[in-house]
Amino acid sequence: MDAVAHFFQSIPVDLLIIQTVNGVVTGMILALVASGLTLIFGIMDVVNFAHGELFMLGAYVGVLVLTATGSFWIALVLSALIVALLGAAIQVATLRPLLGRDSLNTILATFGISLILQNYALWQFGPVARKIGEPITSHFNLFYLTYPWYRILIALLSAAIIGGFWLFLKYGKYGVWIRATTQDRVMAQAMGIPVPMVYTAVFAIGAAMAAASGVLFAPLVSVNHTMGLDWVLKAFIVVVIGGMGNLGGSIGAAIFISLLEAYAAIWVDPSQAVIVSFVVLILTLLFRPTGLFVPTPK
Amino acid sequence: MTTGPLSKSMPLTTKLSHTAVFWIGFCVVMAVLIVAPLVLPEYWRRFLTEILIWGLLAMSSDILIGYTGMVSFGHSAFFGLGMYGAAAALLIVSPPNLWLAILFGLGGAAGAALFVAYFSTRLRDIYFAITTLIFSQIFYVIIFTWTEVTGGENGLIFSRPHFTIPFLYDTRFSTATLHWFVLAVVAGSYVLLRRIMQSPFGMVLQSIRENEARTRAIGYPVERYKIVAVMLSGLFAGLAGVLYAVQNQFAAAEFVFFTTSGDTVIFNVMGGIGTLVGPIVGAGFFQLIRELLSRIFGDQFPYLIPLGVIFIVMIIFLPQGLLGFARRWLNR
Repeated sequence: MDAVAHFFQSIPVDLLIIQTVNGVVTGMILALVASGLTLIFGIMDVVNFAHGELFMLGAYVGVLVLTATGSFWIALVLSALIVALLGAAIQVATLRPLLGRDSLNTILATFGISLILQNYALWQFGPVARKIGEPITSHFNLFYLTYPWYRILIALLSAAIIGGFWLFLKYGKYGVWIRATTQDRVMAQAMGIPVPMVYTAVFAIGAAMAAASGVLFAPLVSVNHTMGLDWVLKAFIVVVIGGMGNLGGSIGAAIFISLLEAYAAIWVDPSQAVIVSFVVLILTLLFRPTGLFVPTPK
Repeated sequence: MTTGPLSKSMPLTTKLSHTAVFWIGFCVVMAVLIVAPLVLPEYWRRFLTEILIWGLLAMSSDILIGYTGMVSFGHSAFFGLGMYGAAAALLIVSPPNLWLAILFGLGGAAGAALFVAYFSTRLRDIYFAITTLIFSQIFYVIIFTWTEVTGGENGLIFSRPHFTIPFLYDTRFSTATLHWFVLAVVAGSYVLLRRIMQSPFGMVLQSIRENEARTRAIGYPVERYKIVAVMLSGLFAGLAGVLYAVQNQFAAAEFVFFTTSGDTVIFNVMGGIGTLVGPIVGAGFFQLIRELLSRIFGDQFPYLIPLGVIFIVMIIFLPQGLLGFARRWLNR
């Protein structure tokens, strides 16, 4: 009993609260990345290996536009637009010819794309990481820390983008097209929906969401060419835990995973805290293979 | 490979049985590879040996990709564990012993493979691919951060063991003898794996690839077959890791990183999955283009950009790979 009481006393409450805020903030960005990934999977049946690279490119384009124009918000919008166009081009050039083939072909193709994009970034921008400042510099006090408002804003903005996208899917004309294509591709085509265009648009939207999260996240870390793999791995974990193609599940899983990693980082090195999410993934696969939030079919 | 006019060689090939043609071809390729180190300069000798090692790694992953229909993105874990297993044997035991290194390496790879196989074979298709990738990253994080044992970022450096046959023979490896040793291991693995893939066990794996539900319905315990397939694949990947450690005398965490697994998949797709030799050809093709590009454009050239383009173009227009045309023939 004594040991238990000692353990509870040794939990630093202030650290716990700080890490909760941190976890929710990273969780919301991760949710933005993962919802693009799960959208592309749910609708096109494509596991987009290059998603992390789109995130990375988004951050780089954001850095470039920011240095050119000086406005973070222009950088955010422009970066999302440019990467969306790039995504559409990638989809037309590589994924459209693979339509109707085994889904493993598309995972290989997107893996090839990620190789190209990552090495292009290394070649173009060099191995030195870029840093950009936060667009809002005001802080508030959280225990002994002065916590930047910007981080809270990131979480809100991510939520707004995901929410806006959800409303678009639910009520927008083209959103209905997208959902119709998900439900029954052949029937949708028969009803006059241009299915290939829908696929391209979905890939572009997913790419734009990845790019937006890249720009939002860029002030918190340094931007370099290897950041994509970290994020795509995390997004994969989130998407599997949340259930492939399940938007709500992905958001829940993203926050859950980020909170766990943030708490683990109190006691161990952040690079080892990743293992926590791996363990959660293994447990999920063992007991609920279709995702935490989806009932396992009997 | 045919010499002389086609009309004269045609009756010959039709008279010879398929097996004879196969083994003649095998012997010709072997002869070329045996003679190669005597002709090639030092640099290309090492280059060829390395291609064989990467080929063995890719061949091991072909068991899963080509024969069982499961794409593994986590072969770096088995390769790396083989490498670090060999490193452990070479550092702990003095004098370093080659056979002990192989034993330790295979043990390490088998342990990793058992762990990965148990969890990931419950899943199919892309889920299998993603979980193998994530498992390999677990091993990477452990190896990368456990600096006291694995050397972390710096890796481990050790000396190359002698080639020994206990009580009989003991000699230092030269680049040529090392090449022959690697060639013997790779060729032996090929013959063994080909035999296994033609056995009833291999046939069940191929039927899982073709139709998993039906295979299960016939009564085969599909999960158990898959676990054995992953273990087998992991063992040979570990063997490749041991050979790499012996050749380069170091073990580094970067080989456990995802890029190794990615390269393995690329070798497979480029060479032709489901052929066993295809992946070796793919590895050679990849490394040759890479070498060519860095010779023409300099070391700084991002060779993976053109190689990535070639890779995607091949997936779209040549999904069977370079040796795809011979797939049926090689497996008969």
